[in-house]
Amino acid sequence: MSDTRVDSLPAGFEAGAGLGTAGPPRPVIQIVPLKGLPIVAVVIGFLAASIGFNWEWGLDFNHVAGGGLWTGIDLFVGLVVGPILGRLSIPARAEFSAKFMPKMVLVMPTLVAMTLASGFQLALNLGNLKASNPNHAWLMVSFIVVGVMAVIALGILEPANIAVLFEMRKPRPDGEVIGRLMKRFIYTAGITGLMQIATLVIMTRVASR
Amino acid sequence: MSVSNPEAPAGVTSQPRFAPVAELGAAALVLVVAGGIYMASYAPRRPPLTVPICLAAASGVLLAVNVVMLMRTRELAWDKFFLVGRWTLLSYVIAAGLIEFAFVRDHTRGGPLVVLTAMLVLFAVNVPLIISFTVARFQSARSDAT
Repeated sequence: MSDTRVDSLPAGFEAGAGLGTAGPPRPVIQIVPLKGLPIVAVVIGFLAASIGFNWEWGLDFNHVAGGGLWTGIDLFVGLVVGPILGRLSIPARAEFSAKFMPKMVLVMPTLVAMTLASGFQLALNLGNLKASNPNHAWLMVSFIVVGVMAVIALGILEPANIAVLFEMRKPRPDGEVIGRLMKRFIYTAGITGLMQIATLVIMTRVASR
Repeated sequence: MSVSNPEAPAGVTSQPRFAPVAELGAAALVLVVAGGIYMASYAPRRPPLTVPICLAAASGVLLAVNVVMLMRTRELAWDKFFLVGRWTLLSYVIAAGLIEFAFVRDHTRGGPLVVLTAMLVLFAVNVPLIISFTVARFQSARSDAT
């Protein structure tokens, strides 16, 4: 959501997003899509089993698939979807966000859990965490990168995401509030993008040694 | 805590000014994450515990201060705070449990496991606190909200 210019959402939300008598009907927003929970449970169960049984393919799958999707989605949303979203009409932006953001509430934490939990286990199994291992320093840098992303995601973006969804559920959403919350995505998009590119460099470097 | 916010930009609806609960929560989260990274950097060896204990203690102090400030807040939408809080707490307890399981599975024992568990408890309480406070503070300004 790098340059979505959502600071201009407010007026549109009240005037043009179908809140009055003239606009199209507003979508009903489910903050946590309940239909997705069984899928999350299956993925987390698979992750726990892979760790519990030290299942090599399971750990590889969770780390590669989870990490690839996490990085890909982050960069794609920040660099491609965000700018497009910024140029859409305000009602279109609101409708897209109402359907997109609840899914992200489930998708991103699941991908992050898959990637990090299996990654740590893989690093232990492969001996990459040992101080004598040539990959040790790279993994320490990767821990710091992940730590920065975790603080941004958990401390700044996820609270904003859920607060926006609550605001959008109101009969009369306050565009100012939504705009202020969404600015967090814009302010942090650069850092997150940089961290994701650093992750790609580190992981390909580790895998090629 | 019901003073209108003089820092609100022109045109922005005046909202009550709240204590910096989310900011302190994020700071507490930074300390826990730093402690976790420090401990993980020693795996599979036993890490020295002084630094992680100090980080966890500082994080615990920030959390305690946060809880006190929160209890003094009157104009928060407490119904939304508890609604969001209980579900996010459930999800983060599950996440923390999964991390704990992985470390126990990897034979983390004794002091390191105690410190790690304390950090996970701080993590599992802090994140829901930040999320539920952020939701509740923006729900509190307008009574026509829901």
